[in-house]
Amino acid sequence: MELQVHDLAVARAGVAVLEGLSFRLLPGRALVLRGPNGIGKTTLLRTLAGLQPALAGRVSGAEAVAYAAHADGVKAVLTVAENLAFWAAAYGTADVAAALDAMNLRALADRRAANLSAGQKRRLGLARLLVTGREIWVMDEPTVSLDADSVALFAAVVRRHLQQGGSALIATHIDLGLEADVLELSPYRAKPPAAGGHVGAFDEAFE
Amino acid sequence: MIALLARDLRLAVRAGGGFGLGLAFFLLVAVIVPLGVGPEPAILAKIAPGILWVGALLSCLLSLDRIFALDFEDGSLDLLATSPMPLEGVVAMKALAHWLVTGLPLVMVAPVLALLLNLPLAGYGWLVISLAAGTPALSVIGAFGAALTVGLKRGGLLMSLLVLPLYMPTLIFGAEVVKRGLAGMDVGTALALLAGITAGAVALLPFAAAAAIRVNLR
Repeated sequence: MELQVHDLAVARAGVAVLEGLSFRLLPGRALVLRGPNGIGKTTLLRTLAGLQPALAGRVSGAEAVAYAAHADGVKAVLTVAENLAFWAAAYGTADVAAALDAMNLRALADRRAANLSAGQKRRLGLARLLVTGREIWVMDEPTVSLDADSVALFAAVVRRHLQQGGSALIATHIDLGLEADVLELSPYRAKPPAAGGHVGAFDEAFE
Repeated sequence: MIALLARDLRLAVRAGGGFGLGLAFFLLVAVIVPLGVGPEPAILAKIAPGILWVGALLSCLLSLDRIFALDFEDGSLDLLATSPMPLEGVVAMKALAHWLVTGLPLVMVAPVLALLLNLPLAGYGWLVISLAAGTPALSVIGAFGAALTVGLKRGGLLMSLLVLPLYMPTLIFGAEVVKRGLAGMDVGTALALLAGITAGAVALLPFAAAAAIRVNLR
């Protein structure tokens, strides 16, 4: 499945932040989003994940997206294996054991998530992507609180996913060692409406 | 969907899940009221249906903000909203899980608490029937209120203000069923209206709640 974004504009809290954004993400490819804080990386990823509507433009292929947010969505009172088993059931897959092995969580499988370190929790959050069975991984700062070994482990998991025909869209500030295309978002910063930019809901309210 | 129900039940029953809090609150209300109004059996018997229904309603309210707030805080709600499960189904399952851990236990202990309030024997059956028919509406309406206020810091009080007025019809007809049953009158109309409110809430409110969550997640 190919992710296509055509002339997309996204808004945060009713104010346009990015506009005129077009790109294609082909199977087997990774695309790294870069840009200064506040440029709208998270807003763009949430829009692609379907959590908020686009201000303008078209997105196709969004139904194959698996989204990993800043927060891991890990339930503290469930064990590592139970957390993953729930998401596997939600997505109708069954391969929890493979995901545990891939993210080096096997030894922690029966431990409650409340007793995990921040990095271990992050690994569990990323292992969730493996059990979704979705082709396009959309990840927001996936390497936060991971140590160097875990970053390498994660990069290997992404590489294997790409080899199997999947694709990945990653907002990150560090170099993962992947052969990835880089998309710098600064040129797409939304112009104010007075300069011909998109009018967001916030601006409309004041017209 | 079944997995979500199992997960929510497991979360509620495990430590810190709040299971039993509503039940303990219900018990305390039933114990405190006779202390306040005095031990006159005749007075207690007269107010028992209303007190038991108000107690059930308040203990239901107590645990409502957990339905979505916990999932919102740890990011699970975003992930649930992007999962293949329809959000309407997520809401329905969460409301069902809330009823199973809050409403159903209330229905089951109500006869014991009715004893504390000196409810006449003829009312026990109607109390259980009216609670069984009415409490699902409390959970579904509550899920709607929780969806409206999800993401608000300390939205619990606002949610109570939104939800309590919506609980009134259920309270009125629920207590009416027991009172009419006690007086030997026909309960059909009140029971039908009570069940009708529940059926309507279960059918419609998951859609409204899902729409509210979508807006709040933006």
